[in-house]
Amino acid sequence: MKIFRMLGRDIRDAFHSVVRNFSLSLASITCIIITLFIVSISIMLSAIVNNFANNVKKDMTILAFLDVDVEEERIKEIKTEIEKLGNIASISFDSKEKIAKQIIEESPTFKDILSGYTDEDNPLQNTYLVKVKNVEKIGETAKKIEGILNVESVQYGAGMVEQLLDVFETIRVVSLFVVGALIIVTIFLISNTIKITIFSRRKEIEIMRLVGASNINIKIPFLFEGVFLGLFGSILPVLATIYGYTYLYNRLGGFISIKTIELIKPSPFIYYVALLLIGIAIIVGSLGSYKAVKKHLKI
Amino acid sequence: MELIEINNVTKRFKTGTIALNDVSLKIAKGEFVFIIGHTGCGKSTLVKIIYREEKPTSGEVFVGGVNVAKIRNRKVYKIRRKMGVVFQDFKLLEKLTVYENVAFALEIFGLKSNEIHTKVLKALELVGLKGKAKNYPDQLSGGEKQRVAIARAIVNGPKLLICDEPTGNLDEETSMEIMDVLKDVNALGTTIIMVTHDTIIVEKMKKRVIELEEGKIKKDYAKGKYKRENI
Ligand SMILES: Nc1ncnc2c1ncn2[C@@H]1O[C@H](COP(=O)(O)OP(=O)(O)OP(=O)(O)O)[C@@H](O)[C@H]1O
Ligand SMILES: [Mg+2]
Repeated sequence: MKIFRMLGRDIRDAFHSVVRNFSLSLASITCIIITLFIVSISIMLSAIVNNFANNVKKDMTILAFLDVDVEEERIKEIKTEIEKLGNIASISFDSKEKIAKQIIEESPTFKDILSGYTDEDNPLQNTYLVKVKNVEKIGETAKKIEGILNVESVQYGAGMVEQLLDVFETIRVVSLFVVGALIIVTIFLISNTIKITIFSRRKEIEIMRLVGASNINIKIPFLFEGVFLGLFGSILPVLATIYGYTYLYNRLGGFISIKTIELIKPSPFIYYVALLLIGIAIIVGSLGSYKAVKKHLKI
Repeated sequence: MELIEINNVTKRFKTGTIALNDVSLKIAKGEFVFIIGHTGCGKSTLVKIIYREEKPTSGEVFVGGVNVAKIRNRKVYKIRRKMGVVFQDFKLLEKLTVYENVAFALEIFGLKSNEIHTKVLKALELVGLKGKAKNYPDQLSGGEKQRVAIARAIVNGPKLLICDEPTGNLDEETSMEIMDVLKDVNALGTTIIMVTHDTIIVEKMKKRVIELEEGKIKKDYAKGKYKRENI
């Protein structure tokens, strides 16, 4: 096939060019490596934190404490009222007697304190444990529950998770900016590398034009060169991602048995990340070479 | 049949220089035409307009029936593939052998390597350089370099060969050898337009001669009519 023979020639030329201008190519490649490392680390961190947050959220429960003197009848009514609010996954009830029993089992000190009360007048509160369907709206739902008559107060594991996610959101935005800036720098570096190649091959380009090479014939080797630079730069980050994460997973997996901080399984996660890195490398490489070709190869 | 028809072509550069001023001429298929004139009279500009390196400011330039003045830049390669161009400075790639320099164009077109092989050897044979296919340009004399350039220009069998001072860097004897090669190429049916300062050669060759002066055609000598002025 004609087109494949031509592509073969173009790829060979692009490859030679990268090897020839190695010092300049090296700068571009280094920049890509750094960029991709940051991208890889941000993605993995973000995935790990999201996974963690989801696990925590899944277990999140609203505790609705009822007034101490609330009647048996009313307790049942409150349950139906909560159910009517929507976004409710399940409701369970801890009576003050049950809570007292639990406390007594856990701590002998409380046993002494609580033994002074009878079941009827113990100062603990009857409690509904409510799980919601949509964790994002847990705050809203908690507020509604609090509005119900005879619900004294509510509590849910708000603070910690939200704070963690907030901090992480900031980190994500910052790393997004850093990656953006690095990508721009990389595009400039690649474009410069290719500019040099274009200048060093002026004569060849002139002759190509004379003997009837089409614009595409002339431009394609330079576009390939950018893609090559990108691909070279992606080798290390891709390997580091695949092996680094697998190592981390195997290493930590042994120690961490708590479900909430469980890591994401390496496969297929790392392969998606690797594909993404290669994709970014190719796009950045072609953008850089496209910029150089557009500016310095006006035909 | 005319291969080239130029009608009322004017070329004014951005600097204001008028390099060609209302030039009209016709060149038939198979002709051998010299273009002469003092330096700066517009010879190179005239041929550049034919191989569409420059666009005329006004006028028409038909090459093989196509008005190349109207061709868009990115389509220029299509007409370049139908003509060959040779220069005073050879324009060979130093890192490629003679064979590779000639094969260069065909590789770009994506020909099969056995096709390329046949064509390149044929072209090298025509210019008398078959024995030096593996040499690099710096292992060749000026005349031999120019033969390589001619081989590259004709390897694809073009209808038209344009030479802008092909003997400008060569001594008289070598120049005549190059002229012999061009004669052979012309004998195979390729139309040749050659720009030159060398009026001795022009007189010897007894071909049609177009003399330019300040961007206009001063005189169009028919075959064998040109005589050098006695100074
Ligand atoms: N790209 C350009 N921009 C501006 N002026 C130009 C350009 N190319 C040529 N000229 C001018 O146009 C005129 C004709 O130039 P041209 O190169 O055609 O001359 P020539 O006859 O080939 O001369 P020579 O024998 O020295 O090669 C000259 O005055 C030259 O300075
Ligand atoms: Mg000239």
